[in-house]
Amino acid sequence: MNTVYYLIQNMLPVAIPLLLVALGGMFSEVSGVINIALEGIMLFGAFFGALFVYAIQDSGLQPQTILLLAMLVAAVAGAIYSLLLSFAAVTMKADQTITGTSLNMMIPAAILLFSKMFFGSDGITTRVNFYIQKIPVVGDIPIIGKMFFQKTYLTVIIGLMFLVISVIIFYKTKFGLRLRACGEHPHAADSVGINVHKMRYAGVSISGILGGIGGFFYSVGVMDGNVNGHTGVAGFGFLALAVMIFGQWRPMKIFFAAIFFAFLRTVAYSVSLIPFLSNLGIHQTYYRMLPYVATMVVLAFTSKKSRAPKAEGIPYDKSQR
Amino acid sequence: MQENNNINKKKKFNLGNIVHSSGFSSLTAALMAIFLGLVFGFIIMLVARPGSAVAGFRFIILGGFNRLGDVFYFATPILMTGLAVGFAFRMGLFNIGASGQYTMGMYFALYVGFMFDLPAGIHWVVAILAGMLGGMIWGFIPGIFKAYLNVNEVITSIMFNYIGMFFVDMWVQNSSTMYVSNMARTRYLPQSAQIPALGITGSNVNFGIVLAIIIGIILYIVLEKTTFGYELKATGFNKHASEYAGMRGKKNIILTMVIAGGLAGLGGAFAILAPSAISGSSMTYEPINIIAANGFNGIAVALLGSSHPLGIILSSIFISHIQRGGTLTSLVGFKPEIIDVVIAVIIYFSAFSMIMNSALGRFIRRRLHHDVDEEVAETANVVTDHNNKEAE
Repeated sequence: MNTVYYLIQNMLPVAIPLLLVALGGMFSEVSGVINIALEGIMLFGAFFGALFVYAIQDSGLQPQTILLLAMLVAAVAGAIYSLLLSFAAVTMKADQTITGTSLNMMIPAAILLFSKMFFGSDGITTRVNFYIQKIPVVGDIPIIGKMFFQKTYLTVIIGLMFLVISVIIFYKTKFGLRLRACGEHPHAADSVGINVHKMRYAGVSISGILGGIGGFFYSVGVMDGNVNGHTGVAGFGFLALAVMIFGQWRPMKIFFAAIFFAFLRTVAYSVSLIPFLSNLGIHQTYYRMLPYVATMVVLAFTSKKSRAPKAEGIPYDKSQR
Repeated sequence: MQENNNINKKKKFNLGNIVHSSGFSSLTAALMAIFLGLVFGFIIMLVARPGSAVAGFRFIILGGFNRLGDVFYFATPILMTGLAVGFAFRMGLFNIGASGQYTMGMYFALYVGFMFDLPAGIHWVVAILAGMLGGMIWGFIPGIFKAYLNVNEVITSIMFNYIGMFFVDMWVQNSSTMYVSNMARTRYLPQSAQIPALGITGSNVNFGIVLAIIIGIILYIVLEKTTFGYELKATGFNKHASEYAGMRGKKNIILTMVIAGGLAGLGGAFAILAPSAISGSSMTYEPINIIAANGFNGIAVALLGSSHPLGIILSSIFISHIQRGGTLTSLVGFKPEIIDVVIAVIIYFSAFSMIMNSALGRFIRRRLHHDVDEEVAETANVVTDHNNKEAE
């Protein structure tokens, strides 16, 4: 039972970044813009979040207050960075994959450059302890309390709140419906007076906000509050894209897909603590490959009957009917 | 393509013809992207360290000229990965997995270098061929996934970058013949497995660059003069039309990915089998769970060379040139990573510089021959529009 507690406690902080970033990718793609740049956006948000934490870590604020403030910083940073994508992809009608790739390449290099020049290291190291041993009251509930409210991070609860908000925006608002229309049939959307360019800017910006927050939550929940230019976010931006495809561009399915991937990754990194797996004697590297191999297998089974937005990746041109 | 050729035939000896050609258009687009990238890099340098920005920028632009041997030496692997990305791009496939294919090729070459005992003249040739095989395998799998399961090749090849990197690092670390654990790197390769140097003093530039350029020219011939190349480009322009015309799309997808993988694998082999200046030593590989940067630089090289083999040869030398200059900037307090930022900015702008370029090109053309009759001006627009589509 202790192993189960351990796995769940460790899985949730990993699942939340994947969930948020995949939701971000979803908002961008249902508006019609492929967002390969999620990896870069994550790292950009993580970097500014961590830089902010670094700047105010000696101010004596509560760690959880710092986390909330840094989250806002990361969201703004992610949104600003995503504007580069929407400018190229929507306004300039450039190739969305190439633009995204260049945005992904820019950030690790920029972080290394900045950190090496000003900190003499490969990234930012912070000293704030965001870890929560036990949340008062709810942490005392038997079993559930131990699973979800002990040895965790505030990021888990905030992440789930974002999931609820996303579901509401996606299904219950005029905005969500219009957004989806722009990804399915932009000309039809345009003909009823929806500004396709504006909606796509909005979709990409939401993905920037969620991507930036997701990146910062990755650095909190996985990297212990640090950011490193070399390892970056270890392909989480791309994994999130796979989570999104596995979740078929629908928020709740994305949630379960994120849990699935996070579970695989947590198992992979805690093999030595699970007697059953460590007795098998399989090399640790195979477990580390697991999330990536699982992505391949999942995509192989889901891509044939994909429900991708029909107009994704195609720049909207009014004159083409 | 048809329209383009007709115009070229009609106005063979006209200066304006050069301006109209797609080659000129992509050259100016590349130059514009480079210019914007360099300006951005200079601004970053000004912000970061105003005092030495000018000195640092001069190193970036001119530094490489003092080390031409090294420029060619470091151009070799990115020329190969550039060809790997560019070749697939001609068919409309975005081979972002050049890193994984490169790493796999490097491992296969290392394996032959250490494990096989072959005579001096043959050893390095076999090692290079093994590298090509390794890359081919790592390109084949995403090809299969794309052709038969309709999985987006971008995600597949990114996943295979990670899987390949994990595999290679594990294999290297598990082999005591290859790996020196207290140095955290591979052992020095035997002399017979190293590619012969070209003998330029003060540089390790070797036979690899010659081979790489020859391969680039062969690819040019394949793309422009063979049925396979034609089918490939046709599929890149319009998948459905080419299938309707009887071209076998699935076979071509797999073949393209295998060839692209092989090219990247060759890049890995050329990089690791290169000789070193200090006798008895060689290039080494450090298994530190990081995806090979040369694969991503290949994307920059391919885009800058507009996926044309001859353009890729030039752009790889250019990228290598500013990289050499970039390492020199550390003399005045900068870090070589500045070049990676510049390269990323160049790619960003090259993605839409074709569009800006067509506006600029129209302006220049109007200046060049404003007395040309309406008909030609109209066809010129067709060509630019066509080029824009090509760029997209």
